[in-house]
This record gives sequence, structure tokens and C-alpha cells, in this order.
Amino acid sequence: MNGVTAFFQTTGEILGLLVESIYWCKGALSNREKIFRQIAEVGSYTLPVAALISIFIGGVLALQSGPTLALFGLQENIGGIVGISMVRELGPVMASILVAGRVGSAMTAEIGSMSVYQEIDALKTMDIDPVRFLVMPRFLASFIALPILVIYMDVIGWFGGAVVSAANPEIGVSFDVYYRNLSEFVEVSDVLNGLVKAAVFGIIISIVCCYVGLKTKGGPREIGTSVTRAVVLSFILILIFDYFITRVLLLLDLQKRLM
Amino acid sequence: MDVRTETKDIKKKNAGEGVLLEYLKSTPVDVKIINLNKSFGNNHVLRSLNLEIKPAETVVILGKSGSGKSVLLRHIIGLEKPDSGRILIGGIDVNDEELRKKHTLAIVFQSSALFNSLSVEENVALYLREHRVFKDENKIRKVVSSALSLVGLEGKENIMPSELSGGMQKRVAIARALVMNPDLILFDEPTAELDPMMTRTIGDVILNLREHVEITQIVVTHTIDLAFYIADRIAVLSEGQIVELGTPEEISRSKNPVVRNFIAPQFEREEGGSEI
Repeated sequence: MNGVTAFFQTTGEILGLLVESIYWCKGALSNREKIFRQIAEVGSYTLPVAALISIFIGGVLALQSGPTLALFGLQENIGGIVGISMVRELGPVMASILVAGRVGSAMTAEIGSMSVYQEIDALKTMDIDPVRFLVMPRFLASFIALPILVIYMDVIGWFGGAVVSAANPEIGVSFDVYYRNLSEFVEVSDVLNGLVKAAVFGIIISIVCCYVGLKTKGGPREIGTSVTRAVVLSFILILIFDYFITRVLLLLDLQKRLM
Repeated sequence: MDVRTETKDIKKKNAGEGVLLEYLKSTPVDVKIINLNKSFGNNHVLRSLNLEIKPAETVVILGKSGSGKSVLLRHIIGLEKPDSGRILIGGIDVNDEELRKKHTLAIVFQSSALFNSLSVEENVALYLREHRVFKDENKIRKVVSSALSLVGLEGKENIMPSELSGGMQKRVAIARALVMNPDLILFDEPTAELDPMMTRTIGDVILNLREHVEITQIVVTHTIDLAFYIADRIAVLSEGQIVELGTPEEISRSKNPVVRNFIAPQFEREEGGSEI
């Protein structure tokens, strides 16, 4: 099979898995325990690290933009710049990369090992659909948990920016001024834009990582290879889709303003 | 505890355990394999293979490693599709959706294939819960406990599979297959990597099923002792074909050079006093 055929086959199979997962969402209620367990897993894997990285992302944003703004006497706008950068771009992208690295890799490793050790075959022989049993709960959990994680990271990132803005003498913007400016600039639609991105990235991560896991064959070495492949593929797709979603959201935003 | 004492114990417990035996009401099915062919690349694994298995019969497919035994089993359970040929179970093609509506098939994998994130009880009860066989949780627990008792693992419900030995994992896998109330049960190398004592115990579990439950059983193994211990009939597989089929006595008297070559070392050993 040549590269082009393989590419289209893989794309088709991933889309097929997505459609199947959406179809099995009809059984979400009876599988709620599994879904909550997966959401809790996303949280336990990511919350501490997410807090750490978002506080520094907010801080770096303030550190990079603040002194330049101060040169023109515009440092009071730092809250808005950090706020919008976090909610529209850095929050969803960084949260997704974190989830792909920590949760997605675990999904691939778990499902990959189940494939290798015949557990997926065992499910099939018990007439239990592996997509319903394994993929759908992870798919829904990522779809729900990622936007929540993004809100959490946004808030902490804003705080990081506020601390640096207040503490750095080159910027010298108080908490009060920072948050007032942030609330003037950041609109609900900006937050929603970030949440839409996060939800799409959640879908990408869960489907790609489960797909690669289900396709794993061989032994422990292949499980490791699959994990790397799933994480790299998720990163690439997150960044590619980020561009296109941003483009679409900007167009919608523009249309709304023109109306 | 020696092997025979443990075996007796299992049988004694079985006699007292009626829940599972009452629940197991299978309709044993016949299996017809007609001109089955399967290749993986240039490797022709199954070559126009034909085999007929009667309802409620225990047939052992005996062959060397790499002779295509496990591939054959994966075809019978429907995990592989043949290049050509058919498998009929109870007269229905194995790939026909109708088969799963009429008959239940179960397999015990060589690796046991237990779910490591689930306890022994959750593993065994998985089919019952996912298919909502019983609404009553107590009934599920009773059937699971009875199945575990049948395989000599009573009281191990809350243990995780990783805490069990290979032989115990195999027995949990057998219990998991049994609660499906199958009409046909397949065993893929049930005693691979097990010591002789555990081999005997697994053999007794299969014999118990033959005695107590009307169920068609196909066992794939390269362990000659086990084959002669449990089989109604033995099919010897070599180079993707059944080269001999008969009762253990017939196989032991076979003049077929492939069969002789395969089983002769065993009989030479037995003359020296070895047994399963």
C-alpha cells in the first residue's frame, strides 16, 4: 500500500471511529460511571501541572508585552492583552497539548496493551462493542473535561499575568487596574471561542489516541511506538485545526460585527 | 495439597454448587469446517481444512507450535475471515449475524485476556452486566461466585488479575467464558506455560464441564497428555490440514507417520512411568 492510499485509509478509519463514537453516545447515560471516571482521570492527571504552566504562561505574556507597552505609556492595557491571549489561544492550545501528552498517551498505552494482550478480542467475543465500551467514555470525557480545564487555566493564567504586572517595576500595573482592563477587553464571545477550540481538540485527542491504541499489534515495544505516534499526531492535528478553527471563528466574529 | 486431593475438592464443591449448573442451559451445537483456506502473505496457514464436530463433543486439536491451531480457533470464533471455505455452527455460517442471536460462543484465550483494571468478580460478571442478563445484582453475584467455585477459585472475587498466578488467571478466564452460558466453548492452549499440577487442574475443569453440562468444546493444544486426558476425539493438525481424526485410542494406534512422530516421544515416556 503506498503512502497516499495509507493516508486516505487512516483518515477514513479515524473518521469512521468518530462517527461510531458519536453513535454510541446514545448509551452515555447508562455508562455515566465510566465517563465520570474518565473525567476524574483527566483532572487528576492534569490539574496540578495545568496550574503550574498556566501561571507561568500568564507571567511570560505580561513580561514580554508589559515593558514594550510601557514604552508608549500603554501598560494599563496589559490585562486585556494577557486576558485575550489566554482565552482565545494559549489556554486551549496549551491545555490540549497537556491533555494529549498526559491523558492521550495513557489512553493509547491502555488500549494498545489491551489490543496486544487480546483483551479487545475478548470484548468482541463477548459481543461487547469496543467502541462503546472503551472509546465512547474517553471521547465524551475529553469533550467535556477539556473546556473545563481551559477555564481553569485561563483564570490561573490571568492571575500569573497580574502578579508579574504588579511585581515588575518596568510594568507597574496594580491588580485592580489589571483586572479592570481585562474585564473591559475580554468578552464572553472570546471565552466561548476558546471553549469551542478546546472541545474540538478534546475530540481530536480522544479519537486519535484511541484509534492508534486499537490499531496496535505486536508486543510491548509496539505499545511504546504507538504512544509516541498518537501524541505526535495529536500535537500536529491540534496545531493544524487551531489555525482553521481560528479562521472560521474570526470570520463568524466579523460577520457578527457587520450585522 | 496434591493434585488429586485438589481435583477431588473441586468436584466436591461442584456437586454442592447448583446455581451455575442450573443457569447453564446450553444447546450444544455441531461445527462443520468446510475447505477452509487462510494465508498471511506467502504463508499458507490453513489448507483446505475439513472437520466435523458433533454436538456436546469435546474435540482436541493437537499439533505442533505454528501448525495453525490458534488461527483455526480464531476462525471458528469469527475473529478472522477465511480466504475461502466456510464454518457452520449449528448450521449457520460463523460470519452470519443470525448466529449470535441463536447461539453463544465463548473462548478462553491463551493469554487469558483478563481486564487488568477490573477485579476477578468484575471480569467474570462483565458479560452479565453489559448484556443485562439479570437485573438483580444478587443473582449476578451468585452466578459469578458459583462459576468461580466450579473452577476452584471461591473467595477470590475481590482480587485483581495481576495478583493471580498464570493458572488462576486461566481459571478466571474459564469462569468468565462459562457465565456466558455458551453453546460452544473454545480453549486456546489452556495449559500453555503451566506446571503439570495446574495442567491437571485445568484438565479436570474441562472434564467437569463435559460431565455436568451439555456443551460442545474445542480445545487447541500441543500438550499430548492433556489431549488424551480430556478428548472424546483428537484431530491432529499438521501443515494446515487435519491429518488424523479419531478417539484417543485410535490416535494412539495410528500408523500415520506424522501422528507417530508427534506422539511417539510421549508414549516412550509413558513406558517409563510418566503420566499427566
